[in-house]
This record gives sequence, structure tokens and C-alpha cells, in this order.
Amino acid sequence: MIKRDPDLLLQSAPLLKQKLSIPTAMRDVLLALLPALLAGIWYFGLSALLVVVVTILGAMMTEWAFTPKHQRSMALSDGSALLTGVLLGMTLPPALPLWMAWIGGAVAIGLGKTLWGGLGNNLFNPAIVGRAFLLGTFPIAMTTWHVAAGPDQFFNLYSSTLALPFMQVPPIPQGTLSASGGGIHLVDGMSAATPLGLMKFEQTGTPIFSLMFGNTAGSLGETSGLLLILGGLYLLVRRALEWRIPLAIFLSAGVFTLLLQQIDPLRFPDIYFTLFSGGMLLGAIYMATDPVTSPVTPKGAWIFGIGIGLLIVLIRNFGGLPEGVLYAILLMNAATPLINRYTQPRIFGRSVGRSAK
Amino acid sequence: MSAPVEIKEPSSFRLASTLAIAGLISGVAIVAVYEATLPTITHNKAEELKAAVFKVLPEVTEMRKYQYENNSLRFRTEEGSDDQTLYGGYSQQGAFVGYAIPSAGPGFQDTIGILYGYIPEQRKVVGMEILESRETPGLGDKIYKDLYFVSNFENLSIDPEIMVVKKGLRDEPHEVDAITGATISSKAVVRIINEGNQRWIHKIPTHGIPLPEQKGAE
Amino acid sequence: MATPSSPYEEMMKGLWRDNPVFVQVLGMCPMLAVTNTAVNALAMGLATLFVLVGSSFLVSVMRSLIPKQVRISSYIIIIATFVTIIDYSLLAVFPKIHKELGAFIPLITANCLILGRQEAFASRNSVGYAVMDAIGMSVGFLFALLALGSVREILGEGALFGFNLFGPNFEPWIIMILPPGGFLTLGLILLFFNWITEKRKQAQIEYQLAEERAS
Repeated sequence: MIKRDPDLLLQSAPLLKQKLSIPTAMRDVLLALLPALLAGIWYFGLSALLVVVVTILGAMMTEWAFTPKHQRSMALSDGSALLTGVLLGMTLPPALPLWMAWIGGAVAIGLGKTLWGGLGNNLFNPAIVGRAFLLGTFPIAMTTWHVAAGPDQFFNLYSSTLALPFMQVPPIPQGTLSASGGGIHLVDGMSAATPLGLMKFEQTGTPIFSLMFGNTAGSLGETSGLLLILGGLYLLVRRALEWRIPLAIFLSAGVFTLLLQQIDPLRFPDIYFTLFSGGMLLGAIYMATDPVTSPVTPKGAWIFGIGIGLLIVLIRNFGGLPEGVLYAILLMNAATPLINRYTQPRIFGRSVGRSAK
Repeated sequence: MSAPVEIKEPSSFRLASTLAIAGLISGVAIVAVYEATLPTITHNKAEELKAAVFKVLPEVTEMRKYQYENNSLRFRTEEGSDDQTLYGGYSQQGAFVGYAIPSAGPGFQDTIGILYGYIPEQRKVVGMEILESRETPGLGDKIYKDLYFVSNFENLSIDPEIMVVKKGLRDEPHEVDAITGATISSKAVVRIINEGNQRWIHKIPTHGIPLPEQKGAE
Repeated sequence: MATPSSPYEEMMKGLWRDNPVFVQVLGMCPMLAVTNTAVNALAMGLATLFVLVGSSFLVSVMRSLIPKQVRISSYIIIIATFVTIIDYSLLAVFPKIHKELGAFIPLITANCLILGRQEAFASRNSVGYAVMDAIGMSVGFLFALLALGSVREILGEGALFGFNLFGPNFEPWIIMILPPGGFLTLGLILLFFNWITEKRKQAQIEYQLAEERAS
């Protein structure tokens, strides 16, 4: 081996280096998500905590299993599987049986990431792939929502949480069952409709206050609007967020909703409801902005965001499902390579007419 | 195939006659099979229909095809059109029990075809059978797999109109509990029955058409 | 065109090495459409077997009579005849299965596996070879259909050939009996088979290397 003089070392681009690396980017997003996640656990109790933990386990175990031996410690420590697990966990109903949560995490990484060639090669956001699979596979369990009970019932465990693998909710024993260990109670839980479900099937709105502070039924990490926005602001300050995408989503969804309101103010929900209910904030700020699955150009980011916003409003108001964030992002993920291709900036030194080949 | 051998083009006549002969032989084979299987197929279809009619009308052992023509109901003859057909069910003693009414309409996926039993004297639907459906397996197909949902139709008043309510909220005789997760399919079934009622109820006599004597004695 | 192999080898190649589904990826339409239960898969596989063996036999017998210019149309007539025969027979004998398979029985005519075998094999080989090849291919197809159908029925309904495996509390994986489940399962099975093939190749290469080093 020849020892090289470091001053003579030839380097390829990029020559300008930032401190940004995959682990730090992942850590920022995780930190931003943490308050909303903790709020979800606060409202939905022990079951929510278990669901998130098991989802993360499913994701990490799959990542470990599908990575070649010598890369394992690196692949796990970059935090991407952890983030996928957390994001997916936050979109799940708090009373989901744990075995389904595990499968969701495993599918998210297996089908959503490793099959495409690992981090950076996937077309679709892994967390959303996991959720879409669960929604298609277990539609009833995935749309059974519960009232946000609050911290005083923290140790009440939903009976469906502990369903045996491949089995439905076990038959509920007479009364509430005290598990060994003292404080943990097994309960049936009060099922309830989400704000979006109420809007779709019963034309009932939900006050904006509840949407912001999270005491509504819904996925365990999507209900605390305010904390999700705060996390987004933190990411903005850290410059870890492509701000054009959420902005474009909010603008297009907002404008579209206002137009619909002009047509029939009774049938269509108002703009606050559109922007702060369901998975809108979680999806727009944390999922659509995944750098791997969103366009790389600023122009592309606008197109991408506008597409998602329009699709969300379309699916919510005219489709069969109450919520559309998931499918809107998936569809625009699929369009991302195309958007990238058509929004390439002009190469410096070339005339406007000639496109970059 | 590599050597450029001069191949003589066969004449068009030869090409055409080859195809014609192949078609002829194939035609003969198909007709033979068709003729051989037709009796069994017709028999199966009739049996299936009979089983469905017996299922939707309680204590019925005999059925007749009816046809509506020129503002009156009569026994169906061979040349009748299918969309004006319904069935009458008779008890073992030959007494008229009720009608089995076919009706179809759009479901969540595709057309749902239904046969339901109706007793005019009580103005009640007494049974429902799905003849044709492509509803989502696991969800929409509960309209015939969920026996609780099917049992909703065993004693159902048609006045003022059959209604779907959220599961567990059924308390009127004209209400049906929807299937959790398949509201659209449940509503489709009820809508199709209501449409059938609108089409038929005002046309059909309360006591059907009495069977000819020799049939009743059998 | 003459293959120096035995009819037995012609049959065995369809089972694994040239499996119509796992290797050639032919006949995807019935593969994805009717494999939601093992029984449906079995029925479709047997119907295809009948059509393929029958038409391979006839095509091989008549291969010198059919002019090249009209061969495809002649093959289609022959195939369509066998399909119609099986269509009516199923309707008469197993009306329930016929109802489940629905439009996919007539569509066997358009299964590229069948026309492909006529064009690529039966029209160029003697009757014995043609029939053995057809048997091998259709058994390979049946095997693939069954593999897919079993996985989908077990996960989608908790049963196999209609026998309940997990008891009444089983939570069905609804996606598995829907079309996406067909695509997913097929993709995973292909993945698995390619993985095995790859491993075998690797082992062979290593073996050869070791031999070379030894000599």
C-alpha cells in the first residue's frame, strides 16, 4: 500500500460537505415526533405504548433479517427502521392486536424497503406501505377506534390488544379481569367514531379545540394537532424539512375545500376541519416529506404537494372511505420519478430550449 | 429453417379448406357435447331455483312459475319473458303460501341478484337468498355468509319501507341491522328488495293462483 | 428441432426447470384470478391439463396436414373446442365450481401457455413427445396454481380445501382473497424460487471451481 499525501487526495463531488447525515436526519424527525407520540400514549394508555413498541420491533427485526451480516449493525443504527416503526405505529388504532402491529412493521420494512434494494431505493414510503397492507388485510381491526380515555385510565388494557396471533379478539371474560402485577386491567374499551367518520357518515363536525389537543378518537399519534405542528416547526428550524411539500398540501387542500364550500356549505366540511382532522398533519409534515419518496426539485415538491392535497379532499369527500391521506401520498409517491424527470432544472450554460438529457 | 429452401406456397383454396374442415369438426364436437350435457345443465338450474324458492318461503314443497301479462298474473308458459317472471310457492296440501320474487341491482362491486320470499297476507318478507354477487370476499360477501344478517329478513315488515339501521339499533319490524364494515352492501340488498316490492306488490293478488285440482291431489 | 432427450425428460422439465409459471411466467391471468382457494386452483389446473394434453395430441397428429400460414388459427380452433367441451362438462357435473371459476374457463383459450406449447413444441415433435411435454407443463402449472391457492386460502380463510384449520376465532387476511393478495403471493413465491435457483447455481459454480483446483 502506498501512503498518500492528504493534500493530493483526489475527491469526487460533493466537495462541500454538510454535517447532515442519515442518522442525524432520522434523529431530528424522531425528536419532532416524540411529543405527539407521548400525547397519544397519554390519551390512549398502555395499549398505545405496546402497539408502538411492537411495531418498532417488527420493523427492526425485519431490517435485521434482510440485511447481509456485515452490514447489520450499521443498518440498524442509522435509525431508519426505527423511524419507520414509529411513524407506522402512530398511524395505527390504539387497540390494534399486537400481532397485527408486528406484521405491519415487518411488511413496512420487508415489502416497503428491503425488496426495493434498501434505504434510498424504495418508491413508496415504507410506513405507508405497512399501513396500506394492514388496512387491506384487517379492515375491521384497522377501523375500530376508541375514545381517548385520558391518563387516569392509563393501565386499562384493551382486550383486543392481546389477541393471540392469527386470532380475533378473544372472548371477553366476565367483568374486568385483573392481570397479575396489580394495576393492569383488561377492558373492552368504548368504541367510537373518528372525527372524519362522524363527518362522513353522520354529518357531524368536531370542534377545532378537540382536534388540536387530541382528545378525539383516531390513530394513536394523529390526534394531537398542535404538537404535530410544533414538531414541524422544530424540523423547519433545523432545516430538516422540505417546507414546500406540507405548504403545498395545506394550500391546495384548503383552496379546494373553500371551493367545495361555495357549492354546498352544508355537505362539505369547513377548512379548519379539513386541515386539522385525521392523518392530515401527520401525513403532510412527516410522511409526504420523506426525502427518498418525494421529488428532489423545488418545482417538483410544489407539484407533489398540490397533488396530495387535491387527492385527499377528493377521496375524503367523494370516495367510499372517510380518510384519504394514505392513498393520496401513495399515489403521488408513484408519480415522483415522473415529476423528477420533468422538473429537472436547466443545466448551467445551456440554453433554455434544450432540456437536460 | 436456416437454409433458403424454395417452399411452394399452398393455394388459398387449401388454406381455406383446412380451416373450414377444422371448424366443421370442431362444430360437430361442440354440438355433441352440448346435446349430451344440456339435460343435466337444465336440470341443475331448475333444481337450484327450486331449492332457492323453498329456502325463502317456509313450509313450501311445490312451486310454479308465474308471469305477468296484460295486467294479470298467470302460469308461465315456455315463451314468456324473464323479466316479468316470479314464483309462487305452495304447501304440501296445495294451498298458496307466498311469492318468491327475483330482483337485481347494483351492489358495491357488481350486480347483486336476489330472490326473496313475500307473503302478501302478512305484508312481510320471510326469507332472502343471494343468487348472484361479487361483493368483496370477507366483507361484502357477508350479505349471504353472515347468518345473522340473513336472519334479519325472516320476519320483516315492508311497511312503510324496509330500512337499514346501524348494527344493534334494530327495534322496528321494518328495520334491518347493517353489517359492520359492509354498510354499502347491506344497503344495496335492502334497496334491491324495496325496488322489487315497488315493481310487484301492487300487481300481485293476495292468494296467488290456485293450483289445478289434479296437482293439489298429488 | 429434434431433441435427443427421452419423453420422460420432456415431461420432467415442465415440473421444475422450465416451469410455466415460476420460470416462464406464463398463464398469469388464471394464476392470479382463480387461486383464492385451493379447490378453485385445483379445478382450473385440471381443466387446463385436459385442454393442453388434448390439443397437444391433436396438433402433433395433424402437424403435417396444417399449412404453416393458417397454423395459429387452426390451433385456436382446436384449443377452443377442448375448452368448450370442458366448459359444458363442468357446468353439468360441478355447477358450483363452474360458478366460482366463471368467465375464466372460456378464457383458458387465451392462456398463452397453451398456444405457446402448440407453437413451440407440439407442432414440431412426434405425438409421444408432445403428449409428455403437455403433461409435464400442465402438471407444473397445476403445482403452481395449488401453491398459490393453498397459501391464499390458508391466510385468507384459515382453511385448506375447505377444511377449517384454525378454529372459529381465526382472523382472515382479507387482502389474500382479493386480487392484490394474488399479486403479493405470486411475487413472494417467485422470489423464493429464484432464491433457490440462485443458491443451486452458486453451489454448482463452487463445486466446479473446487474440481478445477483439484485437477
